[in-house]
Amino acid sequence: MVDGEALDAGFFSRWMLAAAEDVEREADRLTELDAAIGDADHGGNMRRGFEAVRTALRTDADGAGPGTPGAVLMLAGRTLVSTVGGASGPLYGTLLRRAGKALGDAETVDVAGLAAALRTGVDAVAQLGGAAVGDKTMLDALIPAVDALPRGFAAATAAAEEGAKATVPLQARKGRASYLGERSIGHQDPGATSSALLVGALARGGGA
Amino acid sequence: MGRVGVVLVSHSAQVADSVAALAASLAGVPDAPVTGAGGLPDGGLGTSAELVTEAAARVDDGAGVAVLVDLGSAVLTVKALLAEGDELPEPARLVDAPLVEGAVAAVVAAAGGADVEAVAAAAGEAYDYRKV
Repeated sequence: MVDGEALDAGFFSRWMLAAAEDVEREADRLTELDAAIGDADHGGNMRRGFEAVRTALRTDADGAGPGTPGAVLMLAGRTLVSTVGGASGPLYGTLLRRAGKALGDAETVDVAGLAAALRTGVDAVAQLGGAAVGDKTMLDALIPAVDALPRGFAAATAAAEEGAKATVPLQARKGRASYLGERSIGHQDPGATSSALLVGALARGGGA
Repeated sequence: MGRVGVVLVSHSAQVADSVAALAASLAGVPDAPVTGAGGLPDGGLGTSAELVTEAAARVDDGAGVAVLVDLGSAVLTVKALLAEGDELPEPARLVDAPLVEGAVAAVVAAAGGADVEAVAAAAGEAYDYRKV
């Protein structure tokens, strides 16, 4: 995978399918993390959502899939909003839909364009949830990842994983975990962890 | 112009449906334009965007819908649906109100023919009814 190359709808579909595989593989771990500071449904919710994304991508346009990068992300986002069942549905749905909308009708996009579109999506997530960096949320992985993305997928993945790990000592200030106050300290945030999976799947969009 | 529809979104189907029945009963309007959108389609706890849009369509009478929510994903799901623009009947309002008290006030206002802003205001005023 050459980070400078033009990313087409096929790349974006493969990215989403790779993310679905990773979520499926890591679902039990996501649920374990959520059991510590949430309501133990994150793995199941994400698995249900991304399984629906997989089905939606395969059945859209009679099996050919959406024709543009923007259309892939909009379809995936809409599917997550309607199928996840927890707060991560509207949050991930907003991330992908807004990014997809930002890409417009473009047939291809380069990595810098993808980074700009994802930044639009991340800003929308921050607005929807009223959260900021350091609140122990998915933003703690996504914001460093988007910052690093112009340097390539490997840099973005490393930044997301580091951001997710850095949520361990933080006290949750948003969502169900925030009810725990100081007891939320010492656990890695499940949303930041699943966000790192989504970013990590980018490198496999090339189909390698 | 019909009446404003009131949609109650909860993590639990039982909570949403029971509060809808309670509000209609306390409002004294048997055919009150209120309905619940609780839990997941499989009956589990959570928030379903699909059930919310179906519920809104059910109570849409041409005057829009006022949506009351419990917490967390219910709030975020409705906000995301509103941002989408074409998922809910127009006009649609996410009402900042306590679920039970707000539902009663909203249903009374909606049954009386108030517009969606007045329904939202009536529900929001429920925050001011101190209990002690």
